[in-house]
Amino acid sequence: MSFLELSGIQKSFGPVQVVKDFDMTIEKGEFVSFLGPSGCGKTTILRMIAGFETPSAGTVLINGRNQNELKPNQRNIGMVFQAYALFPNMTVHDNVAFGLKIAGMDKSAVDARVKEMLGLIHLDHLADRYPYQMSGGQQQRVALARALAPKPQVLLLDEPLSALDAKIRVSLREEIRQIQQQLGITTVFVTHDQEEALSISDRIVVMNAGRADQIGTPFDIYNKPATRFVASFVGTLNLIEAKVVDPATNRIIIGDQQITLREPLGSNAKAGDKVSLALRPEAGSIAEGAKGDTALTGAVVSSNFLGSVIRTRMKVGDAVISFDMFNAPGLMPPAVSEIATLRFTASDLLIIRE
Amino acid sequence: MSANRAIDLKKTAIDWLGITPFLLFAVMFLVAPTLYLVTGAFLNPAGEFTFENIGGLFTDKIVASYWISIKISLASSIGGALIGFWLAWAVVLGGLPSWIRSSLLTFSGVASNFAGVPLAFAFLATLGRTGLVTMILRDWFGINLYATGFNLLSFIGLTITYMYFQIPLMVLIITPALDGLKKEWREAAEILGATNRQYWTKVALPILFPSILGTTLLLFANAFGAIATAYSLTGSTFNIVPIQLYAQIRGDVLHNPNLGYALALGMIVITGISNLIYIWLRMRAERWQK
Amino acid sequence: MKTQKIGAWLAIFFGASYFIIPLIATFEFSLRMRRGEYSFDAYRSVFSDVQFRESFSYSIVMALLTIVFGVLLVVPTAYWVRLRLPQMRPVVEFITLMPLVIPAIVIVFGYLRIYNSSSYIPFTGSARGTDLLLMFSFMTLSLPYMYRSVDTAMRTIDVGTLTEAAQSLGASWPTIMFKCIFPNVMSGVLSGAFITFAIVIGEFTMPSLLNRPAFGPYLQLIGANRAYEPPALAVIAFAITWGCMILLQLVSRFSKSAPAKP
Repeated sequence: MSFLELSGIQKSFGPVQVVKDFDMTIEKGEFVSFLGPSGCGKTTILRMIAGFETPSAGTVLINGRNQNELKPNQRNIGMVFQAYALFPNMTVHDNVAFGLKIAGMDKSAVDARVKEMLGLIHLDHLADRYPYQMSGGQQQRVALARALAPKPQVLLLDEPLSALDAKIRVSLREEIRQIQQQLGITTVFVTHDQEEALSISDRIVVMNAGRADQIGTPFDIYNKPATRFVASFVGTLNLIEAKVVDPATNRIIIGDQQITLREPLGSNAKAGDKVSLALRPEAGSIAEGAKGDTALTGAVVSSNFLGSVIRTRMKVGDAVISFDMFNAPGLMPPAVSEIATLRFTASDLLIIRE
Repeated sequence: MSANRAIDLKKTAIDWLGITPFLLFAVMFLVAPTLYLVTGAFLNPAGEFTFENIGGLFTDKIVASYWISIKISLASSIGGALIGFWLAWAVVLGGLPSWIRSSLLTFSGVASNFAGVPLAFAFLATLGRTGLVTMILRDWFGINLYATGFNLLSFIGLTITYMYFQIPLMVLIITPALDGLKKEWREAAEILGATNRQYWTKVALPILFPSILGTTLLLFANAFGAIATAYSLTGSTFNIVPIQLYAQIRGDVLHNPNLGYALALGMIVITGISNLIYIWLRMRAERWQK
Repeated sequence: MKTQKIGAWLAIFFGASYFIIPLIATFEFSLRMRRGEYSFDAYRSVFSDVQFRESFSYSIVMALLTIVFGVLLVVPTAYWVRLRLPQMRPVVEFITLMPLVIPAIVIVFGYLRIYNSSSYIPFTGSARGTDLLLMFSFMTLSLPYMYRSVDTAMRTIDVGTLTEAAQSLGASWPTIMFKCIFPNVMSGVLSGAFITFAIVIGEFTMPSLLNRPAFGPYLQLIGANRAYEPPALAVIAFAITWGCMILLQLVSRFSKSAPAKP
């Protein structure tokens, strides 16, 4: 039996159905991210696990126990909020000790546990500070320590990094993942940032309009997107419209260039059908001697230097395809209107079937 | 070089010239009168330094008038703060329709400015001997209010009257503070196992405490300096400090103008201290609520 | 959840009774002048009183003068402090809060001592001089409110940039002040003006001690000598305060909807 089970979950606010029939099971110690645009229902699911919202239908089970009748303060769950939500009237020590004192732990045990938690987040030296005296990153680490101190069964993270600076965001997400693995705590993480979700999770749930479009490992989500939405939301992606030339041999045509797909078009495909293809920008290259069994030729439209990569856009038929090359000393970015040949492996070209 | 310095000097001079009218106004109509009274409190009629006037405050009559003033101000500020907080809580967190909130705030804006003589008239018409409420209690419920020892022209009566502008003032100042309570604080406390009661006693009230205490002090100072309502309710029979001072100014009833200065100094000290603590507490509260 | 809502309604019910019953009672009392039936006799009596008309118009004139001179003092000061003397801000703000700290009766006591007829500046030596002093004392009373509302309005318009823009277009200082700054802080000026009006009309202590025939002392006098006119006057005073606050709300709502800042 799984540790955290969500079955048949629905949630409506008035006439608006925010979550539509959601099912998922999460194993003990797993780190699962809910990824999606705002309003997709991901935060609502998190709040239903926490108990702040009651499902209109369905059940939340933790460790085999139905949570629906339990109030948030009876669930033994840890939660970190987007805006830190540290208690401004308490020091770091008192914030972390809050849940322990509520649980009735005696003072020496509380102090020991707080010390342990502050050691975990490397803020032992700031125990007497007030929240307003600390940076956002420090506050959020304290919030994490506060959530973990009472040894919750599940840790919920509600966009904990989105209020922080880019650099701190990266270092803190690594720290969160490391602590999570060290403690082996089951964690649900809500974010709208695909890079965050990809880098930190065991599994990702891509949410779209109240439904899970795809549930899978970061590798699968990125490389085998199940729907057009997942493909376009996770990472940057070229969506290329093509036409079927011969379904038997998998030949299709983009502009006036014919290529062969690796993935079967399917038995229903007829010559002349439209087909949507997806290609990651990093899948191809125009460099001399680039590997690949497939090639497309076109004129360069633009070339932007982005630091570690050079993003080049070229026109093939009506489609504009962008691709990234790693920067290297001596590499000359292609000039605009230069004719270039893009090589890639046919298996990287995915068919998007809604 | 020297030409530049001359221009700089001229600019500085102009800068200061810009607020000269204001500074002049402040000195003439705020600073000088206050200083005059404060220094006068430490001088005898011959102009020599003395603590006699301050000592002179400690006569039975004057101590009694400070005491009754402090009692009324305390009662009306604490009562006003409690009821005002209750009302503000109701409109911010009570889940009431939003029109109630806007009506209460508009009305509070009016009522907090409805003080002075007309307020005394209103309460005379309400709780005076022939006031509407007094008569209704007598005719419909058979309760003779004045037989129970109640008197509008007393400590309790004046406190009830003052609360008519104290409650709205509390509502106006404390509502933004209640709005500043973040929803996440409640949720964070709840998910850490706290009950509603524990959330209020350990998180919400400690956060609000500086605002509540500070506003109470402001209300205290507000009541302490008020005279018009009390004067027109009770005439000069009710010896709160402002009325004492009023009588002294009109007719030198203390037979010593410098004792009058000491009386005024006492008022400044009391309202000044409560206001300074209020400002300090408000700064503290704002620091937290960032 | 449920008990919370009941508690909230209870609070509103209690508050509403406390606020509204005295108003009803006052109105009811003001109608009792004719024995055995309700009438507006008290109001008729008030309006036909020469002293009422004189003291009321005196107070209105004083209120208007206070507003005009208060605005002329406060707006340039607030502007100048924001623009050129930001280091003076705490001092100026402290001064503007002083009238809340020092009771009005103390302030006017000081006036009577330093501006009496035998002093260097004998304001109280003549009726006109006393009127002037009274106006200054009203300005003092309204200073905290006037300064606060004007300063708040200035915060939203970024006076520095506005001034530099006007200067670069060749505007002179009077032009900048009256064509650029005043119109943009009009909402603040009006808010301050309505509060000032409400304060000045009802003020008792200052005109009473300065012996000027204002509305406040008149109210007190009537209260001491008549029975039915005082509640009628209280109703009128409440209506004036209410009117001022409604106008204030309208102004602040209007200025909020105006595209002052993108």
